[in-house]
Amino acid sequence: MIADRSRLPAAGAAASVRLPAIHKTRLPNGLAVWTVEHRNVPVVCCLLVVPAGSAQDPPGLDGLASLAGDMLDEGTGDLSALGVSDRLARLGAQFETEIGVDATLVALTTLSHSLARGLALLADMTVRPRLAAEDFDRVRRLRLHRLTQLRDLPPFLAERAFARWIYGSHPYGHMPLGAEPTLQRMTVDDVRRYHRRVFVPDGSTLIVVGDGTHDALAAAVAEAFGGWQAAGDGHVPVDLPEPPDRLPSGRVALVNRPGAAQSELRIGQVAVARDTPDYHALLVLNTVLGGQFISRINMNLRQAKGFTYGARTVFDFRRHRGPFVFLTSVKSSVTGEALREAMAEIEAIRGGRPATPEEVRTAAAALTLGYGRNFETAPQVAQALSQLALYGLPDDYFEQFVPRVVAVTAPEVLRVAQQHLDPDRMALLVVGDRAVVEPALAALPYGAPTILPAD
Amino acid sequence: MRIPYTKHVLDNGLQVLVHEDRNCPIAAVNLWYHVGSKNERPGHTGFAHLFEHLMFEGSQHYDRGYFQPLQEAGGTLNGSTNADRTNYWEVVPSNTLELALWMESDRMGYLLPALTEAKFATQRDVVLNERRQNYENRPYGMAAMAILAALYPPDHPYHWSTIGEVPDLHAATLAQAHEFFRAYYHPGNASLVIAGDVDTEATLALVRAYFGGIPPGPPVAAVGAAAPADREVRLVLEDRVELPRLYLNWHSPAMFSHGDAEMDLLSDLLANGKTSRLYRQLVYERQAATDVAAMQNSRELCGFFQVIATPVPGVGLGELEEAISGEIDRIIDSGPLESEIERSRAQVEANFVYRLQTVGGFGGKSDQLNAYNVFLGDPDYFDRDLAQYLRIGCADLQAAASRYLSRARRVTLSVVPAGRPDLAVADSLPVEVS
Repeated sequence: MIADRSRLPAAGAAASVRLPAIHKTRLPNGLAVWTVEHRNVPVVCCLLVVPAGSAQDPPGLDGLASLAGDMLDEGTGDLSALGVSDRLARLGAQFETEIGVDATLVALTTLSHSLARGLALLADMTVRPRLAAEDFDRVRRLRLHRLTQLRDLPPFLAERAFARWIYGSHPYGHMPLGAEPTLQRMTVDDVRRYHRRVFVPDGSTLIVVGDGTHDALAAAVAEAFGGWQAAGDGHVPVDLPEPPDRLPSGRVALVNRPGAAQSELRIGQVAVARDTPDYHALLVLNTVLGGQFISRINMNLRQAKGFTYGARTVFDFRRHRGPFVFLTSVKSSVTGEALREAMAEIEAIRGGRPATPEEVRTAAAALTLGYGRNFETAPQVAQALSQLALYGLPDDYFEQFVPRVVAVTAPEVLRVAQQHLDPDRMALLVVGDRAVVEPALAALPYGAPTILPAD
Repeated sequence: MRIPYTKHVLDNGLQVLVHEDRNCPIAAVNLWYHVGSKNERPGHTGFAHLFEHLMFEGSQHYDRGYFQPLQEAGGTLNGSTNADRTNYWEVVPSNTLELALWMESDRMGYLLPALTEAKFATQRDVVLNERRQNYENRPYGMAAMAILAALYPPDHPYHWSTIGEVPDLHAATLAQAHEFFRAYYHPGNASLVIAGDVDTEATLALVRAYFGGIPPGPPVAAVGAAAPADREVRLVLEDRVELPRLYLNWHSPAMFSHGDAEMDLLSDLLANGKTSRLYRQLVYERQAATDVAAMQNSRELCGFFQVIATPVPGVGLGELEEAISGEIDRIIDSGPLESEIERSRAQVEANFVYRLQTVGGFGGKSDQLNAYNVFLGDPDYFDRDLAQYLRIGCADLQAAASRYLSRARRVTLSVVPAGRPDLAVADSLPVEVS
């Protein structure tokens, strides 16, 4: 054949995507067990989804969920913290705990021939952690030092200040890591109580994906987790209040960082929850606006103007209404102009320059044509399933994803933009050099900036 | 364990490897150009990386940006530059492989007609922003530059960092981009791997069609460098940081050369996991450090080994320096225990299996095949790479530590909060990096 460079080649016939076939069972103790056979590499990923995260931190104890998560691999039974670490290493296992706002995910990936030993260790760590006082003291001290070091990191300062700015005292308004005063106040008994309340089989889901049959994977789970009994009355997640609808005061906030080489920017608002019927349309909207390299905002701020290394937007879908956020870091001298351009793009997509049918078609294509890529590895499949478990999504969720995204129309994208993005209510935050950026912020039509403390 | 493949060399010199893996309906395209910041000259640093940005700005037959058609086809893509090589990759639905090859071949064959002064100027600004974001505005972000400059003399190709120096980036010109492209971006200096849900013969036919007509370029001379002299250097760098940090650095073996695997395993023994020697002593038992890390930075000409530690408030960098030196001396004197080595080997062996999980992107199977092919000319090295680790015994580690980790050949950098040079280890000279 000879290359034809007069046009881009058409795609061939689409290969069928193999979506994960999930087998669901339940242990007598209430633990949901989901298995997927994924057999190309001798690896198994085990992911325990506990439906409580930092939003369940009791008042005044910000950081408790996350610290409890950190304590899981600090010793169990005969094994000290060193013993746990040693056993994980000798298994060649990878262990990771992720504490989000809505959930705690505990993942152990192991070679398939070590599955039984890996699951036994995972059960010991999550069900029967030592939670010893001296380990708690050490882990808390490390956390406090980490918070000290994070004061140096502008993206962290921005994320923390922005969450507090738009959510106030709502449980979504603090970082999972917690803060110095709340960590100082915390005791090992708080951690023990939290663990007893939250780490219970009923309501939790163990996802096991990898090189084994459904029956073998489920049997291995039953062996390791069958003895798990709730210590108390079982898990009662505390119901969260509705997130606030209005900003406390002012529109623009500034965290001063004298001499900063760049300004870290955030624009956004409290937006929508994961259960919104507009989920797929919002994904398409975000893809047009700021969800990928060729999105409007990145093409404008990076590719046309050269203001930044990259700019993007995200809807953070959560159990309750999560934030919509625009994020970037720009050279200090263009701070005002970058905020103005970003606001203009957000406003334009609500009416002045709505997403065109062509943009909607190509955004949907970007979201759907490569959908199969999300199910290549066992850890990827387990992550995908965790969303189903966490947000109660239907069994045919993966099958429905592509047709639902493809069905999104331009008028629908315009409607969800108008309904869920409200530029008049959006907060603007800058972490940067006050001396350089304050005049530019004052010149924006949003009033004088509020100066926020760094922590 | 291996990554099965077929290898062909086109008449124009392009090396082509195809690896079939039908697990997932995706195709990974991974293209390496054997050029990195080590091919730059003093006064022109940062150019290889700046040039990588230009490769995403469109080429003669599709001049509306490189991302557009590939993202619309459901693909993901990226590129990266380091001292030794520049890589580009796409992961696309397998029925769109031809599009990815069309795009990669167009920028290999026809970049310059579409490369304008405006694109050049904008991407220079983007790179300057990248530098501010990832180096200047990031805590400890300038430490690596100070270390490289101290490890290697000014004319050594590893003396400067890949992001480059600001005045050099400002001085770069479009004409230099043309020269750079002609010198390095041609089939004879490239290696192309296609992995995933593809048919080998059909893929080779596509590659021949799209890349076969691109003319070969001038031979690229291997970059040479005299072995850097061993000497002790002690420096202090002030930065915008809350806590000081200690960096200990030594020259070490080149990538895949004798001793490289030993140093890699040593880094694991020293600082990976709670049971590692330095973590256990400094973070777990004495609680004198908030973190400790060790790494063998393997590179084509020569490597460097690092130990990095951050003290908790109230502990001096000198105390960490003594403790780390003491632990290294203990390994030199009596070697690690067999049980420590077994533990590290178990992790290494498992990590080789985990590396087989994905076909594309940074570190995927296509990228690994290219690393073995470009640096060793031997894509089949996966098994032997692992074997290098499994044969290592106590005496090997002891010998490697003794040979490479002596105090007399160490570059010690203290990074301290601005205005507190007194927090550095003793006898440190101030250094400035911009």
